[in-house]
Amino acid sequence: MNLSMIQIILVVLVAFLAGMEGILDEFHFHQPVIACTLVGLVTGQLLPCVILGGSLQMIALGWSNIGAAVAPDAALASIASAIILVLGGQGRAGVSSAIAIAIPLAVAGLLLTIITRTLATGIVHLMDGAAKEGSFRKIEFWQIVAICLQGLRIAIPAALILALGAGPVKSLLSSMPSWLTDGLSIGGGMVVAVGYAMVINMMASREVWPFFILGFVFAAISEITLIGLGAIGISIALIYLTLSKKGGNSNGDGGSSNTGDPVGDLIDKY
Amino acid sequence: MVNQIKLSKKDRISVWWRSTFLQGSWNYERMQNGGWAFTLIPALKRLYKTKEERSEALTRHLEFFNTHPYVASPIIGVTLALEEEKANGAPIDDVTIQGVKVGMMGPLAGVGDPVFWYTVKPIVGALAASLAISGSIIGPILYFVVWNAIRMGFMWYTQELGYRAGSKITEDLSGGILQDITKGASILGMFILAALIERWVNVDFSPVKVSSIKQSAGAYIDWSKLPSGAAGIKEALIQQSSGLSLTEYKVTTLQDNLNQLIPGLAALLITFLCMWLLKKNVSPIVIILGLFVFGVVMHVLGVM
Repeated sequence: MNLSMIQIILVVLVAFLAGMEGILDEFHFHQPVIACTLVGLVTGQLLPCVILGGSLQMIALGWSNIGAAVAPDAALASIASAIILVLGGQGRAGVSSAIAIAIPLAVAGLLLTIITRTLATGIVHLMDGAAKEGSFRKIEFWQIVAICLQGLRIAIPAALILALGAGPVKSLLSSMPSWLTDGLSIGGGMVVAVGYAMVINMMASREVWPFFILGFVFAAISEITLIGLGAIGISIALIYLTLSKKGGNSNGDGGSSNTGDPVGDLIDKY
Repeated sequence: MVNQIKLSKKDRISVWWRSTFLQGSWNYERMQNGGWAFTLIPALKRLYKTKEERSEALTRHLEFFNTHPYVASPIIGVTLALEEEKANGAPIDDVTIQGVKVGMMGPLAGVGDPVFWYTVKPIVGALAASLAISGSIIGPILYFVVWNAIRMGFMWYTQELGYRAGSKITEDLSGGILQDITKGASILGMFILAALIERWVNVDFSPVKVSSIKQSAGAYIDWSKLPSGAAGIKEALIQQSSGLSLTEYKVTTLQDNLNQLIPGLAALLITFLCMWLLKKNVSPIVIILGLFVFGVVMHVLGVM
């Protein structure tokens, strides 16, 4: 599918927004479910892009920038794979191969993020100079430059893919054999676990593992919707907090220190 | 102290808006320092008028700073209060201000990460994603509106809280409310995570047939004895709903056997494997790529 000039400009703008948000983490334009939808909106292929966004969001649930760590880059993954999906022109049929493309893109985006964050170190030194002069305007200027760099981090690759055009992208997608695409979508079904594992490793403690078991068993009852599960989870958390205050303080506040982690310990032994 | 300089509500709203760009110049040397200075500029403009004062203030706020971007708001609030007092002549030195910032950023990041990244984001994200996968535009809209309403509300409320409480907020942090929120969030988080693993991690061993038993006559639909045409279809559907098998052979797959233990067991084991690998400091990207390779290989072998 070929895009008009206006559509190309809009896609690059969306990519710029997603790149900014990749570092800011505030409005979440870089989250797949939003970023892919926006690309779909400006290119007129809303439905396949929304589906792609939803699928990638499931994989990216646990990807977060924590401390100085950089998560796999959802921004480049969602923008670039959405553009490839649109250019490929396969509609909904192209979604699963677009998901497979998104993962190596997330790694590429990670590298770009690290480069940009290193460049920002230079910018901060320029800010030091501006601070010596007491110049508010210069600090503001450099902050905006830094944010724009992050925007360009996604906008430039997006423009490159658009420049390459539908031809090469389409032939690349159609040259993939079915055993590979099927296998990749099976892999995609399992990849979601990595994100969850990252989050569990951060949150787990002796005190909260029973709630994990409860959640797993409740979810096996397929009649309960996700909203229903959320309601059960909130109720259990509230009940536990209330009861643990009434039950006296025999154990002090041992729960607040996240050290006891039996499953984690078990895993560590192997 | 006749002319007390006060920060107006407009100044504080301006600071709140700018705190959206806190991480814009995130760097490996002093992390969020540039964004922090950028955020405080409307307040510093109001409080300090001479070049020397402004230069000192900016240098003071370009020191190392890093926390969760949303829980930075209460710290910003407290800093605004401290700067206001300082500008009005209170003996507050740079070390005090930096001390308050550093003292608050650690514990607050410990609240922000589990609450926002591990609880709110996975839950809102999973809800929106499951709507989006089925092709509903409500999914992305829901995510955007809910996420930003929570975020913007939280940031404004806690910044104001910090501003009012001033330096006293550090004492509040050791209080029970924050601990309850953190603990409640991790309970809810663990519960929902387990549910998501059961629902959304797909490991399917259906191609592996464990047994194939020929069933006795009458236990399956005998297609050759059905009347032809629509009447035959009707008869077949009636027989099926009364519990007759569609085929002569009853096939049990490995997946059926696993589901009898509990559905989603293989997904759970994959997750534990990932946790173990992550604890061994295997990069998540390597695990992700490995799972893709594993999926392709198993598919080619006819196991998955």
